[in-house]
Amino acid sequence: MATEILMPALSPTMEDGTLAKWLVKEGDTVQSGDIIAEIETDKATMEFEAVDEGVIGKILVAEGTEGVAVNTAIAILAEDGEDVSTLEVAPTADAGSKTAATATSEASAPARAAPPEAPQPDLSPDWPEGTPMKTSTVREALRDAMAEEMRANDSVYLMGEEVAEYQGAYKVSQGLLDEFGAKRVIDTPITEHGFAGIAVGAAFGGLNPIVEFMTFNFAMQAIDQIINSAAKTLYMSGGQMGAPMVFRGPNGAAARVGAQHSHDYAAWYAQIPGLKVAMPYSAADAKGLLKSAIRDPNPVIFLENEILYGRSFEVPALDNFTIPFGKARIWREGSDVTIVSFGIGMQYALEAADKLAEDGISAEVIDLRTLRPIDYDTVLASVMKTNRCVTVEEGFPVGSIGNHLSATIMQRAFDYLDAPVINCAGKDVPMPYAANLEKLALVTTDEVIAAVKQVTYR
Amino acid sequence: MAAKRATAKSNVSGEELTQFYRDMLLIRRFEEKAGQLYGMGLIGGFCHLYIGQEAVVVGLESAAEDGDKRITSYRDHGHMLACGMDANGVMAELTGRAGGYSKGKGGSMHMFSKEKHFYGGHGIVGAQVPLGAGLAFADKYNGNGRVTFTYFGDGAANQGQVYETFNMAALWDLPCIFVIENNQYAMGTAQARSTSSQDIYKRGEAFGIPGEMVDGMDVLAVKDASERAVKHCRSGKGPYILEIKTYRYRGHSMSDPAKYRTREEVQKMREERDPIEHVRQLLLTGKHASEDDLKAIDKDIKAVVNASAEFAKESPLPDEAELWTDIYAEAAQ
Repeated sequence: MATEILMPALSPTMEDGTLAKWLVKEGDTVQSGDIIAEIETDKATMEFEAVDEGVIGKILVAEGTEGVAVNTAIAILAEDGEDVSTLEVAPTADAGSKTAATATSEASAPARAAPPEAPQPDLSPDWPEGTPMKTSTVREALRDAMAEEMRANDSVYLMGEEVAEYQGAYKVSQGLLDEFGAKRVIDTPITEHGFAGIAVGAAFGGLNPIVEFMTFNFAMQAIDQIINSAAKTLYMSGGQMGAPMVFRGPNGAAARVGAQHSHDYAAWYAQIPGLKVAMPYSAADAKGLLKSAIRDPNPVIFLENEILYGRSFEVPALDNFTIPFGKARIWREGSDVTIVSFGIGMQYALEAADKLAEDGISAEVIDLRTLRPIDYDTVLASVMKTNRCVTVEEGFPVGSIGNHLSATIMQRAFDYLDAPVINCAGKDVPMPYAANLEKLALVTTDEVIAAVKQVTYR
Repeated sequence: MAAKRATAKSNVSGEELTQFYRDMLLIRRFEEKAGQLYGMGLIGGFCHLYIGQEAVVVGLESAAEDGDKRITSYRDHGHMLACGMDANGVMAELTGRAGGYSKGKGGSMHMFSKEKHFYGGHGIVGAQVPLGAGLAFADKYNGNGRVTFTYFGDGAANQGQVYETFNMAALWDLPCIFVIENNQYAMGTAQARSTSSQDIYKRGEAFGIPGEMVDGMDVLAVKDASERAVKHCRSGKGPYILEIKTYRYRGHSMSDPAKYRTREEVQKMREERDPIEHVRQLLLTGKHASEDDLKAIDKDIKAVVNASAEFAKESPLPDEAELWTDIYAEAAQ
């Protein structure tokens, strides 16, 4: 049976081209793979190969013809011995692009503005009232979370620089090598890109790795594996496989470590669909969220803070204590303004609230705890009550978490706002080393207080 | 090339040779059809064909056992067919349809099959190398005796993460076979213009990883080398490198006019070193098959490929609700 040879698309964007040259003539026998024509696209001259074998029956488009649309019949290929003199050219079929065009037009139907949904915050307590508490540093809480989850699940293991014999560069993995052995607590060479990739592969293969970065600044070496491999594979595989794992380590400024060791990556990772992102402040949240992160079947970015490691908090003395992702914590109730923060920003937010109380301003302080998912509802419900909002974070000001929250509040609670939302953030400069300049670059309690006074018109 | 060719007494049965012929021909005909569907606008974006390199993956797979894993780059259609994935599902993924392996959400470069232990299909050059070592890490951790075939090209061989991976794979004795498919061009850059020392397999020496160069146009040579590599890895001796010299007949992707090499160079390879013609001659001269037998195989393969193209055209576009699925996995209850 004769088949039509169609003008091919030879690039992702080609719609038509020039049939520059025929390399066969009518009556020639061609094998699959033979080059039969040269076709000029907008970018290059391409060789066009025969797919089927047969005899060139008729050439329908002469060489030198310009503007030949993709999928136009350019020749007829006959099987050996077939008479092509009587063949007629059927109208060009173009099923593929037609289907695609229909789908596009449907998909691009204008989105209707939906009325903003009323927020429904989850106000349930994190642990039952009367639960016995014990004092723990953030460092111990993180270690306990890992140890408990490693006891519960053999496929959880820890890898990173200095996590085993050195007991952790910041002593977070203290004692884990002794308890779990070198098979499950693994010192890596200094090779972030490589070991992050190996851990993602191990997660594809069914393990639940915890990757410790000595600091998230070094994770930039590995960011391709975190984003392109860990975060996207579940989607790209149609749900067949993903990366159930945790990337954790200190994030943000410590003290006097300069521009390359002080970056807060919260907003970067929070932008990526496929990742979950936690950034705890207290020890209880560090423990409860890390346990949730390790159990989560998705890649989790767990952003810790060097300054907070040694800070002590009350932690519930419970077996199996977890904090769910996407549930903010209201640290302090108030009526005049909502201060939203996370991670070490909470320190400035809480200090500011204390001082503001002395001035008779009642601030509600919310710790987001996780940045993907974000608990919008708790923030919105609070802003609807206080009518004012200040966000606090240590990261850079452009494209910050505060920027995103401001936009959400504007869309969903515009009529409730009595003042523009103010975002307190780190300054728009690389972190300087000099002590006085570093102080200026970081967000401060005084800046939070000033912002609150501005939104409350005091 | 100095690559090893199979010895005349290569231990291969007529049956196995016939299977090689069938497997390689399936890849070639599938890729030709994919090129045709691309030309018709049914396949979009980037599409990298495997034509010319068929003996590599078919030879490697002949030494694989059930449960062994494989991972590769974006030139992945051949690997999927060779490990037993369904031609319909692969072709429908190329056309971005619901019947594709990734429900149409991955495309040519991003396809996976948990069932066949095919871990992709990766679009970032070299990124699959640590991922492959990680799969091997998981197998060693679980002590299950499996090995992982980690494929990458001569272009990827210049990525830093490859050497980070070699170091750890050797340090931890990971059961990983690094298969360097050296088709001699990193997109449009000839190997001599990008690579300081031409023998990539020797780069493992710095890490204590044994390696060898193999003639990738000879499926029997690839099979022999693969068996050696698998034996080494499975016995717990750590990784192994195979640099397989091969040649792609087509451009880097469908939109590459391949002006960086002469038509004569390609033609010479096709005429003198074609891996499928090689097996065809072995089958005929060894009287393992007649012309008619081979014609029957050709016909079978054509039917499979045509059916896959039909399936890929008929399979519906993914439901629009699929836009929002598979972003996060649900926790098992």
